[in-house]
Amino acid sequence: MSQDIAYTNARLLDPASGLDAPGGLLTRGDRIIGVGPRLFNEGVPPGTIVVDLAGRCLAPGFVDMRVAIGEPGEEHKESIQTASRAAAAGGVTALACLPDTDPPIDDVSGVEFIARRAREVKLVKIFAQAAVTRGLEGRELAEIGLLDEAGAVAFTDGATPVADARVMAGALSYASTFGTVIVQHPEEPSLARGGAMNGGELSTRLGLPGVPRAAEVILIERDLRLVAMTGGRYHAAHVSTREGVEEIRAAKQRGLPVTCDTSPAYFTLTEADVGEYRTFAKLSPPLRTADDQAALLEGLADGTIDAIASDHRPQDQDSKRLPFAQAAFGIIGLETLLPLTLAQVANGRLSLARALGAITHRPADILRLPLGRLAPGRAADLTVFDPDQRWTIDEAGFRSKSKNSPFHGWKVTGRTVRCVVDGRSVFHAEAAAAN
Amino acid sequence: MIDSAAPAPAPAPAGVPTTDAPPVPSAPPFPHRDLLTIQGLPAREISVLLDLADSYVAQNRKRDKKTSLLRGHTLINLFFENSTRTRTSFELAAKRLGADVINMTVQASSIAKGETLIDTAMTLNAMHPDVLVVRHPESGAVKLLANKVNCAVINAGDGQHEHPTQALLDALTIRRRKGNLDGLTVTICGDVAHSRVARSNIYLLNTMGARVRVVAPPTLLPPAVERLGVTVFHKMTDGIGDADIVMMLRLQSERMAGCYIPSVREYFRFFGLTYEALRAAKPDALIMHPGPINRGVEIDSEVADDIKRSLILDQVELGVAVRMACLDLLTRARRAG
Repeated sequence: MSQDIAYTNARLLDPASGLDAPGGLLTRGDRIIGVGPRLFNEGVPPGTIVVDLAGRCLAPGFVDMRVAIGEPGEEHKESIQTASRAAAAGGVTALACLPDTDPPIDDVSGVEFIARRAREVKLVKIFAQAAVTRGLEGRELAEIGLLDEAGAVAFTDGATPVADARVMAGALSYASTFGTVIVQHPEEPSLARGGAMNGGELSTRLGLPGVPRAAEVILIERDLRLVAMTGGRYHAAHVSTREGVEEIRAAKQRGLPVTCDTSPAYFTLTEADVGEYRTFAKLSPPLRTADDQAALLEGLADGTIDAIASDHRPQDQDSKRLPFAQAAFGIIGLETLLPLTLAQVANGRLSLARALGAITHRPADILRLPLGRLAPGRAADLTVFDPDQRWTIDEAGFRSKSKNSPFHGWKVTGRTVRCVVDGRSVFHAEAAAAN
Repeated sequence: MIDSAAPAPAPAPAGVPTTDAPPVPSAPPFPHRDLLTIQGLPAREISVLLDLADSYVAQNRKRDKKTSLLRGHTLINLFFENSTRTRTSFELAAKRLGADVINMTVQASSIAKGETLIDTAMTLNAMHPDVLVVRHPESGAVKLLANKVNCAVINAGDGQHEHPTQALLDALTIRRRKGNLDGLTVTICGDVAHSRVARSNIYLLNTMGARVRVVAPPTLLPPAVERLGVTVFHKMTDGIGDADIVMMLRLQSERMAGCYIPSVREYFRFFGLTYEALRAAKPDALIMHPGPINRGVEIDSEVADDIKRSLILDQVELGVAVRMACLDLLTRARRAG
């Protein structure tokens, strides 16, 4: 027998339906069974546990479509346990992890391993993205059909681009049989080779090898040709340039089955944040310019960019406390996804519905997951957040095992208060504070 | 004719440096613990360094070259990249001031395998050196190391970022021959893209009021180089036309083939410095090179050895004086305390 839980006095936010109104939500076991402004007009049914949200926002649990976890292989950077705790604290109820682990997730047992570990940890939902190519080597296709059947939600070689055009054409074409999506790290590798930051005046001044912006645009352009040729579903991960956004906008207008995401770092920071060799500002693709930032926000506002992913990539101190060119790429992002996204709502660049849509139903749809919506019959994956809470991001407070965030010390607004997965509370800020 | 924000540095007599009046009498003449970059140094501080270096040139020409200014002080030369002339120059500078010198040459590859740069920094720091002179193949590595130690750090070249003492010695060399930097046209030729010497020189010369040009094929220029305050040329005769100083850069052997230039002979044909090319410059134009020279690659042997035109050996001589001035200034607070 599962207990009914009534979430009352909520500001209901369901970006998929456009709902933004005071109201309540009722769950039974792992399902939502009622939601709406007048749900509890007749009072809460007897025998129901009441959670009074005191006017705070109740949204579908966030779906993060790009998270690197160190498990298997780099558990000293992040494990499924620590990533799950970080996700829950950030309001992320479902995440899709990347296959560039050690060993890479390129066979059915890898997908099953992730599923088993997620079940054991039992906090948030973790779905595996599987490798496009065996061993992430870019030569032979992984068993896309079997992996899809085993539960892989997308196919990608992670932070490695699928460089070979013939392999990419084959992947798109073959995957179309199963309706699954190929996720590309769009960076032409020979042009980007050795690059440590955006190529331009700053890289020249710092004496660092640059990644030209054309590296991104070239691979997106090529892939779009291959999509037109094969009809396969294609997703460009962490788009960082204006031209990249424009290419995808044009492709969508042509009706190609194309989607893309970006991550908060790209619309929050610029190459100037590299400053004097801050390795926490070393990302792949690199941080770009203010003009690119503006283009990304326009792309998010008009829907060209479908999703905002945290692009969480934990790195330990030994990987980052190095000369810039030798340091590892990437930053953590699960626990800063919400406030950095809401900052663009506060400054008027994005509507709240667009911003939340990009971290709920839209990534869920890309991954073909029935998540990211507040509706009866859906999974009771819920995030309660206080949109007005001001707080200071502090690396000491991160649940992630790695602390590589460039946002340490930032004053932000908006914070996750509760996180519910399949009806179970997996994070509660007051309880966390009390501990 | 030439306006400059900074007051033109007077050609310094070999005066007593400590009595040169800085603009604010109470402020230290060079208020920095480290010398990591030229970028960001104001003209006044560069002049302080050059004036002091000038006085050391005289000392270095005396029979007794040694003083006891830095007696009891320890300098560690920490080189993660091979270098004979820069390391020797620092060693000589420190010894002439009476300091104790330790030379450490570390292969960067062995660092990558085990001990990290930061571990090395902490280990050396525990030995209480007064000055660390560091060269490293990675841009920013010297800054990273400087953040972890308590002593003065001098950047002796980090990756493709900066080589401040080279720019200072180049400036001193020019100043002693031409009297002034302000208003001169200086053309830097060659592999600017991979050159820390070029970057430091571009910043310094701009700050001191010189007009800076670069000449190179586009493949050897870094992105947006014009934003550093240079005029870009791709033809030698255009770039060195009416130049007062022609500064050649060394072409590293690993860039002599591949996608930078097709061949050495083609490079020399279009970008090498020959008497013929030099005709475009001013009749009294002088030639510089940070060394070591690739004869017949970026510069014709005859030109390099022309004692009337080439300042290459002056650069080497003045390098010692410039490094003495740096050591003197950076240890002042420590010596006073």
